[in-house]
Parts: sequence; C-alpha cells; structure tokens
Amino acid sequence: MSTTALRERPRPTLVLVGHGMVGQRFLEALAARGLTGTHRVVVLCEEPRPAYDRVHLTSYFSGTTPAQLSLADEQFLAEHGIELHLGDPAETVDRTARTVTARSGLTVRYDALVLATGSYPFVPPVPGKDAEGCFVYRTIEDLLAIEAYAKHRAKTGAVVGGGLLGLEAAGALKGLGLATHVVEFAPRLMPVQVDEGGGAALLRTIEDMGLTVHTGTGTQEVVTGADGAVTGMRLSDGTELGTDLVVFSAGVRPRDQLARDCGLAVGERGGITVDAQCRTVTDPRVFAVGECAQAVDGRVYGLVAPGYEQAETVAATLAREESAFTGADLSTKLKLLGVDVASFGDAHGATEGCLDVVYADSRAGLYKKLVIGRDGTLLGGVLVGDAEAYGTLRALTGSVPPLAPEHLVLPAGAGAPGQLGPSALPDDAVICSCHNVTKGTIRGAVTAHRCATVPEVKKCTKAGTGCGSCFKVLGQLVNEELAANGVEVDTGLCGCFARTREELYEIVLALRITSYQQLLDAYGREGARGTDGCETCKPAVGSILASLAPAIGADGHVLDGEQAALQDTNDHFLANLQKNGSYSVVPRVPGGEITPEKLIAIGEVARDFGLYTKITGGQRIDLFGARVEQLPLIWTRLVDAGFESGHAYGKSLRTVKSCVGQTWCRYGVQDSVRMAIDLELRYRGLRSPHKLKAAVSGCARECAEARSKDFGVIATAGGWNLYVAGNGGATPRHADLLAQDLSDAELIRLIDRFLMFYLRTADRLERTSVWLERIPGGLEHVRDVVVADSLGICAELESLMATHVDHYRDEWAEALDDPEKLARFVSFVNAPDTPDPVVGFVPERDQIKPDLPLLSLGLRPAAGPRKTLVDALERSPRR
Amino acid sequence: MTLAPETLDLEVQLRLPDTWFTVCGLRALTPGRGVAALLPDGRQVAVFRDRAGRLYGIDNRDPFGGAAVLSRGLTGTHEGRPFVASPLLKQRFDLETGRCLDDPSASVTAYRMRTRAV
Repeated sequence: MSTTALRERPRPTLVLVGHGMVGQRFLEALAARGLTGTHRVVVLCEEPRPAYDRVHLTSYFSGTTPAQLSLADEQFLAEHGIELHLGDPAETVDRTARTVTARSGLTVRYDALVLATGSYPFVPPVPGKDAEGCFVYRTIEDLLAIEAYAKHRAKTGAVVGGGLLGLEAAGALKGLGLATHVVEFAPRLMPVQVDEGGGAALLRTIEDMGLTVHTGTGTQEVVTGADGAVTGMRLSDGTELGTDLVVFSAGVRPRDQLARDCGLAVGERGGITVDAQCRTVTDPRVFAVGECAQAVDGRVYGLVAPGYEQAETVAATLAREESAFTGADLSTKLKLLGVDVASFGDAHGATEGCLDVVYADSRAGLYKKLVIGRDGTLLGGVLVGDAEAYGTLRALTGSVPPLAPEHLVLPAGAGAPGQLGPSALPDDAVICSCHNVTKGTIRGAVTAHRCATVPEVKKCTKAGTGCGSCFKVLGQLVNEELAANGVEVDTGLCGCFARTREELYEIVLALRITSYQQLLDAYGREGARGTDGCETCKPAVGSILASLAPAIGADGHVLDGEQAALQDTNDHFLANLQKNGSYSVVPRVPGGEITPEKLIAIGEVARDFGLYTKITGGQRIDLFGARVEQLPLIWTRLVDAGFESGHAYGKSLRTVKSCVGQTWCRYGVQDSVRMAIDLELRYRGLRSPHKLKAAVSGCARECAEARSKDFGVIATAGGWNLYVAGNGGATPRHADLLAQDLSDAELIRLIDRFLMFYLRTADRLERTSVWLERIPGGLEHVRDVVVADSLGICAELESLMATHVDHYRDEWAEALDDPEKLARFVSFVNAPDTPDPVVGFVPERDQIKPDLPLLSLGLRPAAGPRKTLVDALERSPRR
Repeated sequence: MTLAPETLDLEVQLRLPDTWFTVCGLRALTPGRGVAALLPDGRQVAVFRDRAGRLYGIDNRDPFGGAAVLSRGLTGTHEGRPFVASPLLKQRFDLETGRCLDDPSASVTAYRMRTRAV
C-alpha cells in the first residue's frame, strides 16, 4: 500500500544550475544526507564536461590531463540517480510556474532551485579586446585554445592582470615557451593578497625567472594587424608592447544574468543576494551558492572553500538541519611560478591599533609579515618566498601564539630558538580549511579510527583533499600522533625484511654474505624466512650484492647463479623492456663523443635489424624493437664495431653528458668531454639504489645541464666545481655545490666518496636528491663526511670504489661468450627459432612502431587462440 | 633406491585437456626465474620453478598490457602464495590459481605441472 502511495506522489525535484566545483560539492552533500534518494536531481551544465578541479587548472600545462582534473565520476552520478545534462545551459527561469528551461528546450519543474553559475572573467572594455589571439583563462577549453594558438602563432604573450590567476596564466605562457609580459594596473603584483613589501619580493623573484612585469599601468588598446590578429598592446603609460597573444585575467564577475532575468535581487556590484541559509532574499524556493552569490555579509567569495561551505549549508537546509553561512576566512596559500605566496587573516593590517612584525630578505626573495593586535593576538599575515609556516600560523590566528612573534618569522638558524610545530596548536585549530577539519578531528582519526598513514587519515577526515596546502602540517600531525600512541612506523625494506636497505648493506658488507637466500633466511622477517621473497627485496638485495661483489668475494656477473633470479627483467636481459615485449638497446657512447665510423655502425645495425631509432636526452642513440633472440646478434655487431651496450636500463650509472668544452668552444675553460669520458668509464656498471645521471660543463654557461644531475661538474678557470643531488624529471632540483676549484684527482676522489656514501646509506629507489633532503644534516652532513672525513670512512669508501673500477667487466660481451647465459635469449624454451608472435610492428614516419592491436588480440575471450596466432603471424610484416 | 632428483634427467610436463605436454628439461629452469614455451595450439605458457623445486605454469600473456612477458617477471611469496610480478606494470599473479593478487577481476589460465624421468 505504501508503495502505491509513493508512486502516486512523484518525488520532489531539485534542479542545480551549474556543475562546477561548488555544484559538485553540493551534489555530494545531498548524497551524504540521503537526499538523492528522496529527490529527483537534475543538473544543467554549460560546459561540455562534468565538474573539474578549476583550482589546479594550470597543472594541465605540467602534464595533468583533463580526465585527472575531473571531480565527478560517472559511477557517483549513476549510483545516486543524478541526471546530468552537459553542454545544455539553463536559459530561462519561470518562478511562477517553477520551471527552468535549458538551451535544448528541456523544461524541468522544480521544487527547489540551486544556482551555482559561478563567475565570468572580466575583460576591460578596450578597443581590440575581441581580436583573434585574445583569450580568457577560466575553463579547460580556454586552456586548450591558448595552447593551440601559442604553438603555431605566437612567440610573445601578455597577461592583463597581475593577480593570482594572472600570474598562473603568465606561468602557463612561459611554460609554453613564450616571452611573457604581465600588465597590472595596481602598483604591485597580487594587490589583493599581499602588501607592498610582499609585492616587491614577488616582483624580484618573478623578474628573475625572465618574465617582464609592468605595474601601475593599464591596457589602453589591443593593436591588431591587417589579418585582424593581435600584434601588440598600447599601455596607459605610453608603452607599446609587441605581443602575439593576450590573456585577460583582470578579475571575475558573478554570473547573475539568469537571476536578474527572472527578477531575483542582486547586489550593487553583482551577485545574487542570499540570506544565511544561502536562500535568495526574493524567492524561498531558490538558492544561490559559490561565486554567483552575494553572501549575507555582503561579500562575493571567489575562493573554493567558502563555496563548499555554502553548498553544505544549502544541502543541510534542504535536509531540515540547522546550518548557516555567515562569512569566511580569505586565507590563501599557493605556489605561483614556483614561489610560495600565502596570506591569511587581516593581511593588510586593517585592525585599529595593530602592529607589524616584518622579516625581509630581498636577496633571497623572502618577505614575511605578521599583523599583531595590541594584546599580542595574531591577526593575520603575508608570506612570500617561504610559506612553510602557513598551516601553523593560520591555525594560530585569533590567539596569542606561544612564541614571541619575531620567532615565528625568522628563518631557521637566524636566531630562532625553536620552530613552532603543529604540536603547539590547540585541538580546535582548523588544519584543513577547504573541508573545515580541526586538529582534534585529525588526532581522533589516528587514535579512535586507527588510521596509521596520511592517506588513511585523508580518506577518513577529507583533510588535505582540497587545495592541498595543509598537507605538510597534516603529515607532521599524523606522525606526532602516531608516535604519541606508541605506534612504530615500519621502516623495513618490504614485507620480507624489517631492516632498511642501509642496514642490509652493512650486514652484507660486514658479514660478506654473498647470497640472497642466505640473507633472507638469516635476517628476514620470521614469516619470510625460507620463502621465495618478493619482487621488492630481490632486486634491491641483488643490487647490493652486485655493487659489493668484488669486495665480498661474490661472483661478479649479474646473471651468474642465484644472481640471475634477483634481477629485474631489464637487468636479466641486459636491455630495456618495451610495452609489447620487445627490447631497446642503447650503445654506450661515453661522454656523448662518437666517431663518424661508429655513428655509421650504429646506423647499419639499426637498419639491418629494422630498429626504430631515436636520439635520447642523455646524448645516446636508442634502438627499439629488438626481439629477445635478436639481442645477442645485435650485441655481437656492436662489439665488433668497438662498442659495448650500455646500462640505459639499470639502477646504475646511465650517462655522463658533456658540452664540447674548451677544445672547440670560444667560452670553454676546461676539457669537459675528456672529463665526461673519464667519469663514465670509471663509474659505468656501478649498481646503486636508483639510477645515476651525470654531466660535465666546460664553463659556467652550463650547456651540459650538470646541475640537474645526481653529480654535475662545471669547469672554472681554476679547475672544477662539483655539484651533487640535482634532479630533472617530475620534481626538478638544482644540484648543490659540494666543493670548488678542484683538480682532476681531487674531483674524482670526491665523487668516489660521494657515490659510495650514497650507495651505502640511501633507501631503495631513492634518488640522490631525495636522499640528500632526507638524511639528518643534509648537505652539511654529506660535506662533513666526504670532504672533511668526519666519520673516518673515506679510505674505505675510496677502496670500495677502486675495487669496483678494477673489476668492471663488459656484461654483454661476457654473456655472448657463455653458452649457458646465451641460451636464455630465446622467445620459447621449446622452440628457440620461433619469434614471439605478439611482438609485431607497423610503419609510422618511415620507421616501425609496436602493433598495439596485436597486443589486445589475444585478450578478447571471443578470439580463439589458434586464430589469434594465425592472425598475428599474418599481420606481422617483419621477417 | 633414492637418487637426488637433480642427478636424473627430468622433463617438465604440462597438463593439456587430453595429454601431458613436455615443455623442456628441468635443467633449463633457474629457481626463482621463468621461461616461456609455445603450446601446440599457439598459446604461450610461462613456466617457473621455486626455491623448493615446485613447478608452476600459467599463461604467458599479461592480461593488462597484452604482451607475452609474465615468464620474465620476478617471483616471490605473498601470504604463503607463490606469485610472479609482471615486468610491465608489476601486477602480481598467483602461480597456482592464475588469479591476480592486485585486481580480483583479472586472472590468467593456470596449468598442472609435473616432472618425468626421460
């Protein structure tokens, strides 16, 4: 009976207009309260894609895909029966009939309507603003358009607006390779968030990055060429600026047109006027949240955290819970162009009678200001260049800090008696302001909910899942709380060993243990002894055994005896496994120096075996598409031509890059090529915790990019400077100067010691850059140990390296000479002459590429195995 | 009479629906390492031997990436189960059942194995 009653009375309908971050948060808040079950929920979205993370929009240019930015997965929408209409914006609202009509003609009757239409970029009304080459910076589609235009039609770009979003846009243009200008009307950058001093520190750092900043000047006109495309800008101070592309990022305005059109009240400067429940003051059935709403305190909030709070408030109100949004904190912390910028509380010192405490070091681009009330209360502040303390300071705002204010801004080592950690915070301090999570809640997650890691705490409390700026404080808090609860953090290598890699290294060296099984059975965790170990510790121990082999009296070849079973597939086949099961071969070219004859020989090998050929970033030539049974044939040809294959795959020295140096270059001051060859031949084959890259530059111009390497050498008039622990890749780090003006012999001795100390103390898969930042004392400690020999181990480090150098062997040539090892290089043990039919290739740009459909063929259960093989053989064009 | 198995020439055999199929000699198997073999119907099998001498056979194709490379992975023991980790993206497969330990929706065929004196 009750079922019938339900059917007869349709479920009330909620219509959400706008599916941005705040809209999505509103849907989640509805679902969390069970309202998606009792209501029909219809969402009208203008953009062609569901809600995505607009805060991290710029990360698209550093490789984040639109899919990774997405906030709404299909499963969530389907599970909660939410009807999402993409690319179909609401066009009219009829408040009498209670209907919304979308562009497609779809009309939905609502019981409650929530407007989350966001904002639109403000474009100043200057002539030429709509010319070809003018953009705004708001949606993924905007970014795609900027990227496409920058690629083909622009060398120079200008951003109008030096605020938060403007600097993000400028960073993106610079990342796209454009010479970039920033034009800001106010006398400083980021005028809303930072004060004059902070703006100056920011300006210096940003100019050092090669951006040109024009402050205190407005845009008068966008100049266009004959074809109607942008060619430049005229500024109010008379400057003529040549530019091919203009991005307007001069602030946003609430998108309230839909509300205006249906007679809802809006604020004087825009924004739909709402009460503390985010209900419009005009119509009790209509709500507004996020950047389109003017809150009860008269402000329009342009940050995501207040928008989230508003979304929660509306969902709670609809669920008949008590909730109100009366205003929010405007604290922000972000990394702009790599510079930390944060402001919080009363950043501009607007409170009557407040005082400033300022620390500024313009040489280092540092500026820190705290605003303190007369009674010592921390009211707010600005941090530029170093915002480490942001999480703690923001949480302390409104209270009298336990340390004198000057100690909160002084850098470590400049007389600060103690850094203020999160332990100083009260339990009600808000750690994550995006999700309003307090320190007490986080502690509770560890104590009551038994979360033992940061990811578990994030999942349990949602802390750190918004903008991510609290992540560091969160990590410190979790560790403190774990330690306070007596939970020991397991630092063991893996499930088989409770010891760290460093401890295992010491055990192997001291006890001269030469076998993995022996080590596992004697020093493994109790449950792991006698087992087959795992894929984590086998290669890690294999690497330790290989790097110490001559010193502990083990057999050196990585494929000898038990060692063969420990190696990752690349080390086992002495080549790089590619996605279709074929391998690539990278002949060693020490220092990147090669004779024409050898270059021709590589070309001939590539041609004869039909290999895809590509130049690498490390001054090598990579040959792709070799079948396992072809590897020995390829090596034979290379050995005959005077090469050895290279360790382009291993956790070992990859390459030593060099510039051409003093011999040819007008600027060179040392022979960088010779040094690079010497270093590569010295350290080749050295098994290490992770890969090692190196470079030698012949002068301070640094053409070999040595400071992005694990060890980098830069020539000086007086010798060589040695830099260590640099990195490129995803987390770039400039190498630190370890010692200056070294002779050849001094340089090599220091590198010997540095590498052996790293090999000995690093964790598995820990690059030198991470290692240096992890070990207590950091660079200073490493310098003490390897330069001043503070631990008295340098003689041992040098002797270990000498043993390595003396025992180096060409692993490929040796494999060729050993029939037993050679026998492993077949596709099939029972059909040594049959190639693997899954390894096939198709042509692309006059070379080969893996035949990917061939890979997926056998995976479809419908295709019978025999047919697969026949298919595969027919499709494979090679040999 | 007891002879250590190693002193005999032993063959590794795999169970097909109607017959035992000889893959290779036992000596071709390094403990902890695999080899690939071709079956009469064109399928590929990855054959392993662990440190205790037990034999395992599973389909050689990695169901995630499609390449026939499981024989080239590293083996180990997880909660008492023998496994191989794919060299492509490291998913682990139970050597006795073929089940993927990291993704319950994926699995590969597992075969019965034995040794026979020549």
